[in-house]
Amino acid sequence: MHEWALAEAVVSTVSQIAIREGLRRVTEVRLKVGELQQIEIEILRFALSELKRSSLLEEAEFIIETEKAELRCRVCGHKWFFRRNEVDEDVAEAIHFVPEIAHAYIRCPRCGSPDFEVVRGRGVWLESVEGVK
Amino acid sequence: MADPRVSVIEDRLKKVNKVLSVSSGKGGVGKSLIASTLSLALADKGYEVGLFDIDFTNPSTHIILNAESVSPTEENGVIPPRVRGLKYMSIIYYSSGHVSPLRGVDVSNALIELLAITRWGETDFLVIDMPPGIGDAVLDMIRLVKKANFLVVTTPSKLAFETVRKLASLLLEMRIPIIGVIENMKMRESPFIQEQVEKMGLRFLGEIPFDYSLEEAIGDVNKLLKTMFAQKVKELAEKIALQTLGD
Repeated sequence: MHEWALAEAVVSTVSQIAIREGLRRVTEVRLKVGELQQIEIEILRFALSELKRSSLLEEAEFIIETEKAELRCRVCGHKWFFRRNEVDEDVAEAIHFVPEIAHAYIRCPRCGSPDFEVVRGRGVWLESVEGVK
Repeated sequence: MADPRVSVIEDRLKKVNKVLSVSSGKGGVGKSLIASTLSLALADKGYEVGLFDIDFTNPSTHIILNAESVSPTEENGVIPPRVRGLKYMSIIYYSSGHVSPLRGVDVSNALIELLAITRWGETDFLVIDMPPGIGDAVLDMIRLVKKANFLVVTTPSKLAFETVRKLASLLLEMRIPIIGVIENMKMRESPFIQEQVEKMGLRFLGEIPFDYSLEEAIGDVNKLLKTMFAQKVKELAEKIALQTLGD
Protein backbone atom coordinates (compact mmCIF):
# COMPACT_ATOMS: atom_id res chain seq x y z
CA MET A 1 0.00 0.00 0.00
CA HIS A 2 1.20 3.43 -0.90
CA GLU A 3 0.02 4.82 2.45
CA TRP A 4 2.61 2.65 4.19
CA ALA A 5 5.44 4.26 2.25
CA LEU A 6 4.17 7.70 3.26
CA ALA A 7 3.69 6.60 6.89
CA GLU A 8 7.31 5.40 6.89
CA ALA A 9 8.36 8.81 5.61
CA VAL A 10 6.40 10.53 8.39
CA VAL A 11 7.91 8.33 11.13
CA SER A 12 11.39 8.81 9.71
CA THR A 13 11.02 12.62 9.54
CA VAL A 14 9.49 12.92 13.01
CA SER A 15 12.28 10.74 14.45
CA GLN A 16 14.89 13.00 12.86
CA ILE A 17 13.17 16.11 14.21
CA ALA A 18 12.89 14.56 17.67
CA ILE A 19 16.61 13.75 17.73
CA ARG A 20 17.49 17.21 16.43
CA GLU A 21 15.29 18.89 19.06
CA GLY A 22 16.54 16.63 21.85
CA LEU A 23 13.10 15.10 22.56
CA ARG A 24 13.09 11.98 24.73
CA ARG A 25 9.65 11.07 23.46
CA VAL A 26 7.17 12.49 21.02
CA THR A 27 3.68 13.15 22.36
CA GLU A 28 1.81 14.67 19.43
CA VAL A 29 2.24 14.82 15.67
CA ARG A 30 -0.01 16.97 13.49
CA LEU A 31 -0.35 16.03 9.85
CA LYS A 32 -2.17 17.70 7.03
CA VAL A 33 -3.33 15.42 4.25
CA GLY A 34 -4.38 17.00 0.97
CA GLU A 35 -7.35 15.53 -0.83
CA LEU A 36 -5.62 15.54 -4.22
CA GLN A 37 -3.58 12.48 -3.23
CA GLN A 38 -6.69 10.67 -1.95
CA ILE A 39 -4.89 9.07 0.97
CA GLU A 40 -6.94 6.47 2.84
CA ILE A 41 -6.75 8.07 6.26
CA GLU A 42 -7.58 4.87 8.13
CA ILE A 43 -4.80 2.95 6.38
CA LEU A 44 -2.37 5.81 7.04
CA ARG A 45 -3.42 5.87 10.69
CA PHE A 46 -3.01 2.10 11.00
CA ALA A 47 0.40 2.18 9.30
CA LEU A 48 1.53 4.97 11.64
CA SER A 49 0.37 3.03 14.70
CA GLU A 50 2.33 -0.03 13.54
CA LEU A 51 5.47 1.82 12.51
CA LYS A 52 5.73 3.98 15.64
CA ARG A 53 6.30 0.93 17.87
CA SER A 54 9.68 0.76 19.59
CA SER A 55 10.54 4.29 18.54
CA LEU A 56 10.55 7.76 20.05
CA LEU A 57 7.03 8.07 18.66
CA GLU A 58 5.63 5.10 20.55
CA GLU A 59 3.31 7.22 22.70
CA ALA A 60 2.61 9.87 20.09
CA GLU A 61 -0.92 10.82 19.15
CA PHE A 62 -1.38 11.52 15.46
CA ILE A 63 -3.77 14.33 14.66
CA ILE A 64 -4.64 14.16 10.98
CA GLU A 65 -6.42 17.02 9.30
CA THR A 66 -7.63 16.74 5.73
CA GLU A 67 -7.40 19.69 3.38
CA LYS A 68 -9.46 20.25 0.26
CA ALA A 69 -7.43 20.30 -2.95
CA GLU A 70 -7.73 23.77 -4.41
CA LEU A 71 -6.48 24.34 -7.95
CA ARG A 72 -5.90 27.69 -9.64
CA CYS A 73 -5.55 28.22 -13.37
CA ARG A 74 -2.40 30.14 -14.23
CA VAL A 75 -3.94 31.36 -17.48
CA CYS A 76 -7.38 32.70 -16.51
CA GLY A 77 -7.10 32.73 -12.70
CA HIS A 78 -10.13 30.48 -12.16
CA LYS A 79 -10.09 28.56 -8.86
CA TRP A 80 -11.78 25.24 -8.30
CA PHE A 81 -11.65 22.16 -6.08
CA PHE A 82 -10.54 18.68 -7.15
CA ARG A 83 -13.30 16.14 -6.66
CA ARG A 84 -12.47 12.47 -6.96
CA ASN A 85 -15.88 11.56 -8.32
CA GLU A 86 -15.29 13.81 -11.32
CA VAL A 87 -12.39 11.71 -12.68
CA ASP A 88 -12.22 8.06 -13.82
CA GLU A 89 -11.03 5.41 -11.41
CA ASP A 90 -7.73 4.89 -13.33
CA VAL A 91 -7.03 8.60 -13.33
CA ALA A 92 -7.81 8.89 -9.62
CA GLU A 93 -5.38 6.06 -8.93
CA ALA A 94 -2.62 7.63 -11.04
CA ILE A 95 -3.08 10.94 -9.18
CA HIS A 96 -2.97 9.01 -5.90
CA PHE A 97 0.56 7.81 -6.70
CA VAL A 98 1.90 10.98 -8.32
CA PRO A 99 -0.39 13.97 -7.71
CA GLU A 100 1.42 16.02 -10.39
CA ILE A 101 0.01 13.64 -12.98
CA ALA A 102 -3.22 15.61 -12.51
CA HIS A 103 -1.71 17.90 -15.18
CA ALA A 104 -2.04 15.06 -17.70
CA TYR A 105 -5.77 14.64 -17.10
CA ILE A 106 -7.33 17.71 -15.50
CA ARG A 107 -8.06 20.93 -17.36
CA CYS A 108 -9.28 24.29 -16.13
CA PRO A 109 -13.09 24.06 -16.21
CA ARG A 110 -13.28 27.64 -17.46
CA CYS A 111 -10.60 27.96 -20.15
CA GLY A 112 -9.41 24.37 -20.68
CA SER A 113 -5.76 25.02 -19.78
CA PRO A 114 -3.59 22.31 -18.19
CA ASP A 115 -1.43 25.08 -16.68
CA PHE A 116 -2.77 25.22 -13.14
CA GLU A 117 -1.23 25.19 -9.70
CA VAL A 118 -2.21 23.21 -6.65
CA VAL A 119 -2.80 26.07 -4.22
CA ARG A 120 -3.31 23.69 -1.30
CA GLY A 121 -4.26 20.14 -0.52
CA ARG A 122 -1.60 18.27 -2.54
CA GLY A 123 -0.40 15.47 -0.23
CA VAL A 124 0.99 14.64 3.19
CA TRP A 125 2.55 17.51 5.13
CA LEU A 126 4.00 17.53 8.64
CA GLU A 127 2.54 20.49 10.56
CA SER A 128 4.03 20.13 14.04
CA VAL A 129 5.79 17.80 16.43
CA GLU A 130 5.38 18.04 20.21
CA GLY A 131 7.37 16.10 22.76
CA VAL A 132 9.09 15.91 26.10
CA LYS A 133 12.74 16.82 26.55
CA MET B 1 6.84 22.49 8.93
CA ALA B 2 8.31 19.67 6.83
CA ASP B 3 7.80 17.50 3.79
CA PRO B 4 8.01 13.98 5.23
CA ARG B 5 8.89 12.39 1.90
CA VAL B 6 12.40 13.83 1.66
CA SER B 7 13.82 12.07 4.72
CA VAL B 8 12.96 8.61 3.46
CA ILE B 9 14.68 8.93 0.06
CA GLU B 10 18.13 8.03 1.35
CA ASP B 11 16.66 4.94 2.98
CA ARG B 12 14.96 3.90 -0.26
CA LEU B 13 18.32 4.03 -2.04
CA LYS B 14 20.27 2.40 0.78
CA LYS B 15 20.68 -0.89 -1.07
CA VAL B 16 21.59 0.78 -4.36
CA ASN B 17 25.34 0.59 -4.82
CA LYS B 18 25.89 3.14 -7.62
CA VAL B 19 23.61 5.76 -9.11
CA LEU B 20 24.53 6.76 -12.68
CA SER B 21 22.75 9.90 -13.88
CA VAL B 22 22.92 10.04 -17.66
CA SER B 23 22.67 13.72 -18.46
CA SER B 24 23.43 16.48 -20.92
CA GLY B 25 22.88 20.18 -21.18
CA LYS B 26 21.08 19.67 -24.48
CA GLY B 27 18.28 17.48 -25.79
CA GLY B 28 18.63 15.10 -28.71
CA VAL B 29 22.13 13.86 -27.93
CA GLY B 30 21.05 10.27 -27.24
CA LYS B 31 20.76 10.21 -23.46
CA SER B 32 17.75 7.91 -23.37
CA LEU B 33 19.23 5.44 -25.83
CA ILE B 34 22.53 5.42 -23.94
CA ALA B 35 20.78 5.09 -20.55
CA SER B 36 18.62 2.21 -21.81
CA THR B 37 21.42 0.37 -23.62
CA LEU B 38 23.88 0.93 -20.80
CA SER B 39 21.34 -0.56 -18.37
CA LEU B 40 20.85 -3.61 -20.59
CA ALA B 41 24.62 -4.00 -21.04
CA LEU B 42 25.27 -3.87 -17.30
CA ALA B 43 22.45 -6.36 -16.66
CA ASP B 44 23.99 -8.67 -19.30
CA LYS B 45 27.19 -8.64 -17.29
CA GLY B 46 25.27 -10.05 -14.34
CA TYR B 47 24.66 -6.87 -12.39
CA GLU B 48 21.31 -6.08 -10.81
CA VAL B 49 20.24 -2.92 -12.62
CA GLY B 50 17.45 -0.39 -12.23
CA LEU B 51 16.48 2.15 -14.88
CA PHE B 52 14.56 5.22 -13.78
CA ASP B 53 13.29 7.60 -16.46
CA ILE B 54 12.90 11.01 -14.87
CA ASP B 55 12.30 12.94 -18.05
CA PHE B 56 8.74 13.47 -16.82
CA THR B 57 7.49 15.71 -19.59
CA ASN B 58 9.04 13.66 -22.40
CA PRO B 59 9.74 10.12 -21.23
CA SER B 60 11.00 7.85 -23.99
CA THR B 61 12.84 4.84 -22.53
CA HIS B 62 9.57 2.87 -22.47
CA ILE B 63 9.45 3.17 -26.27
CA ILE B 64 13.06 2.06 -26.62
CA LEU B 65 12.45 -0.96 -24.37
CA ASN B 66 8.92 -1.61 -25.62
CA ALA B 67 7.79 -1.50 -22.01
CA GLU B 68 4.25 -0.36 -22.45
CA SER B 69 2.39 -3.37 -21.09
CA VAL B 70 3.92 -3.53 -17.60
CA SER B 71 3.09 -1.75 -14.37
CA PRO B 72 4.54 -1.56 -10.87
CA THR B 73 3.17 -3.55 -7.95
CA GLU B 74 2.15 -2.06 -4.62
CA GLU B 75 3.85 -3.39 -1.52
CA ASN B 76 4.52 -0.85 1.21
CA GLY B 77 5.21 1.52 -1.64
CA VAL B 78 5.86 0.73 -5.27
CA ILE B 79 8.03 -2.07 -6.69
CA PRO B 80 9.19 -1.48 -10.28
CA PRO B 81 8.31 -4.22 -12.76
CA ARG B 82 11.00 -6.14 -14.66
CA VAL B 83 11.62 -5.22 -18.25
CA ARG B 84 14.28 -7.32 -19.98
CA GLY B 85 15.77 -8.05 -16.57
CA LEU B 86 15.83 -4.38 -15.53
CA LYS B 87 13.86 -2.92 -12.63
CA TYR B 88 12.17 -0.28 -14.69
CA MET B 89 10.43 2.83 -13.39
CA SER B 90 8.82 5.61 -15.39
CA ILE B 91 6.09 8.18 -14.98
CA ILE B 92 4.48 6.59 -18.02
CA TYR B 93 2.76 4.07 -15.70
CA TYR B 94 0.69 6.97 -14.43
CA SER B 95 0.45 9.34 -17.39
CA SER B 96 -0.35 6.56 -19.90
CA GLY B 97 1.03 8.50 -22.82
CA HIS B 98 -0.94 11.69 -22.10
CA VAL B 99 0.97 14.94 -22.35
CA SER B 100 2.11 16.01 -18.87
CA PRO B 101 2.89 19.73 -18.92
CA LEU B 102 4.79 20.27 -15.67
CA ARG B 103 6.38 23.39 -14.29
CA GLY B 104 9.56 23.23 -12.20
CA VAL B 105 7.83 22.86 -8.85
CA ASP B 106 5.73 20.00 -10.23
CA VAL B 107 8.82 18.26 -11.64
CA SER B 108 10.43 18.48 -8.20
CA ASN B 109 7.34 17.18 -6.46
CA ALA B 110 6.92 14.26 -8.86
CA LEU B 111 10.59 13.33 -8.46
CA ILE B 112 10.39 13.48 -4.66
CA GLU B 113 7.21 11.40 -4.69
CA LEU B 114 8.66 8.67 -6.89
CA LEU B 115 11.97 8.59 -5.02
CA ALA B 116 10.05 8.32 -1.74
CA ILE B 117 7.73 5.50 -2.74
CA THR B 118 9.84 3.35 -5.10
CA ARG B 119 11.50 0.33 -3.54
CA TRP B 120 14.55 -0.59 -5.62
CA GLY B 121 15.91 -3.19 -3.21
CA GLU B 122 19.39 -4.69 -3.74
CA THR B 123 20.68 -2.99 -6.87
CA ASP B 124 24.22 -2.71 -8.22
CA PHE B 125 23.51 0.15 -10.62
CA LEU B 126 20.57 2.52 -10.78
CA VAL B 127 20.75 4.29 -14.13
CA ILE B 128 18.81 7.54 -14.30
CA ASP B 129 17.68 8.93 -17.64
CA MET B 130 17.75 12.66 -16.93
CA PRO B 131 15.83 15.32 -18.82
CA PRO B 132 17.99 17.72 -20.84
CA GLY B 133 19.21 20.96 -19.39
CA ILE B 134 20.47 22.33 -16.11
CA GLY B 135 17.16 22.77 -14.36
CA ASP B 136 15.09 21.35 -11.57
CA ALA B 137 15.86 17.70 -12.27
CA VAL B 138 19.65 18.17 -12.11
CA LEU B 139 19.43 20.36 -9.02
CA ASP B 140 17.04 17.92 -7.34
CA MET B 141 19.25 14.93 -8.12
CA ILE B 142 22.16 16.77 -6.50
CA ARG B 143 20.01 17.78 -3.51
CA LEU B 144 18.16 14.52 -2.93
CA VAL B 145 20.38 11.71 -4.21
CA LYS B 146 23.68 12.18 -2.46
CA LYS B 147 25.23 9.17 -4.15
CA ALA B 148 24.51 10.37 -7.70
CA ASN B 149 27.40 10.12 -10.18
CA PHE B 150 26.96 11.95 -13.47
CA LEU B 151 27.64 10.48 -16.86
CA VAL B 152 27.59 13.31 -19.37
CA VAL B 153 26.63 12.84 -23.02
CA THR B 154 27.52 15.18 -25.86
CA THR B 155 27.56 15.05 -29.64
CA PRO B 156 30.49 16.33 -31.72
CA SER B 157 28.62 19.62 -32.12
CA LYS B 158 30.14 22.70 -30.58
CA LEU B 159 26.62 23.72 -29.60
CA ALA B 160 26.04 20.51 -27.66
CA PHE B 161 29.44 20.72 -26.04
CA GLU B 162 28.86 24.29 -24.92
CA THR B 163 25.88 23.10 -22.85
CA VAL B 164 27.92 20.17 -21.55
CA ARG B 165 30.67 22.55 -20.51
CA LYS B 166 28.16 24.49 -18.42
CA LEU B 167 26.68 21.37 -16.86
CA ALA B 168 30.12 19.97 -16.07
CA SER B 169 31.25 23.32 -14.61
CA LEU B 170 28.25 23.32 -12.29
CA LEU B 171 28.91 19.74 -11.20
CA LEU B 172 32.59 20.44 -10.65
CA GLU B 173 31.78 23.58 -8.66
CA MET B 174 29.39 21.59 -6.47
CA ARG B 175 31.92 18.75 -6.14
CA ILE B 176 29.55 16.20 -7.63
CA PRO B 177 31.28 13.12 -9.06
CA ILE B 178 31.44 13.01 -12.85
CA ILE B 179 32.21 9.57 -14.24
CA GLY B 180 33.15 11.04 -17.58
CA VAL B 181 31.93 12.29 -20.94
CA ILE B 182 30.69 10.19 -23.87
CA GLU B 183 30.80 11.61 -27.39
CA ASN B 184 27.77 10.24 -29.22
CA MET B 185 26.78 10.36 -32.92
CA LYS B 186 30.35 10.88 -34.12
CA MET B 187 30.36 11.39 -37.88
CA ARG B 188 33.95 12.28 -38.72
CA GLU B 189 37.36 12.18 -37.11
CA SER B 190 37.94 15.15 -34.87
CA PRO B 191 39.78 15.42 -31.58
CA PHE B 192 37.81 18.52 -30.58
CA ILE B 193 35.51 17.00 -27.92
CA GLN B 194 38.18 14.81 -26.34
CA GLU B 195 40.58 17.75 -26.12
CA GLN B 196 37.93 19.98 -24.58
CA VAL B 197 36.87 17.33 -22.06
CA GLU B 198 40.42 16.65 -20.99
CA LYS B 199 41.12 20.38 -20.77
CA MET B 200 38.36 20.52 -18.15
CA GLY B 201 40.13 17.79 -16.21
CA LEU B 202 37.37 15.27 -16.97
CA ARG B 203 37.61 11.71 -18.21
CA PHE B 204 36.79 11.16 -21.89
CA LEU B 205 35.09 7.76 -21.77
CA GLY B 206 34.89 7.21 -25.50
CA GLU B 207 33.02 7.89 -28.69
CA ILE B 208 30.06 6.22 -30.36
CA PRO B 209 29.87 6.55 -34.15
CA PHE B 210 26.57 7.63 -35.70
CA ASP B 211 24.61 4.44 -36.32
CA TYR B 212 22.09 4.61 -39.15
CA SER B 213 20.53 1.29 -38.10
CA LEU B 214 19.58 2.55 -34.65
CA GLU B 215 16.24 4.13 -35.46
CA GLU B 216 14.94 0.83 -36.78
CA ALA B 217 15.94 -0.92 -33.56
CA ILE B 218 13.89 1.34 -31.28
CA GLY B 219 11.26 -0.81 -29.59
CA ASP B 220 13.05 -4.06 -30.40
CA VAL B 221 15.62 -4.81 -27.72
CA ASN B 222 17.07 -7.84 -29.52
CA LYS B 223 17.71 -5.75 -32.59
CA LEU B 224 19.03 -2.87 -30.48
CA LEU B 225 21.59 -5.09 -28.78
CA LYS B 226 22.92 -6.20 -32.17
CA THR B 227 23.64 -2.67 -33.38
CA MET B 228 27.10 -1.21 -33.60
CA PHE B 229 25.83 1.47 -31.19
CA ALA B 230 25.10 -1.22 -28.57
CA GLN B 231 28.53 -2.82 -29.10
CA LYS B 232 30.14 0.52 -28.30
CA VAL B 233 27.90 1.06 -25.27
CA LYS B 234 28.82 -2.43 -24.00
CA GLU B 235 32.52 -1.47 -24.15
CA LEU B 236 31.71 1.72 -22.26
CA ALA B 237 29.64 -0.24 -19.72
CA GLU B 238 32.68 -2.39 -18.94
CA LYS B 239 34.76 0.72 -18.39
CA ILE B 240 32.07 2.46 -16.32
CA ALA B 241 31.51 -0.61 -14.12
CA LEU B 242 35.22 -1.00 -13.45
CA GLN B 243 35.67 2.69 -12.80
CA THR B 244 32.67 3.23 -10.51
CA LEU B 245 32.91 -0.01 -8.55
CA GLY B 246 36.59 0.68 -8.02
CA ASP B 247 35.87 4.11 -6.51
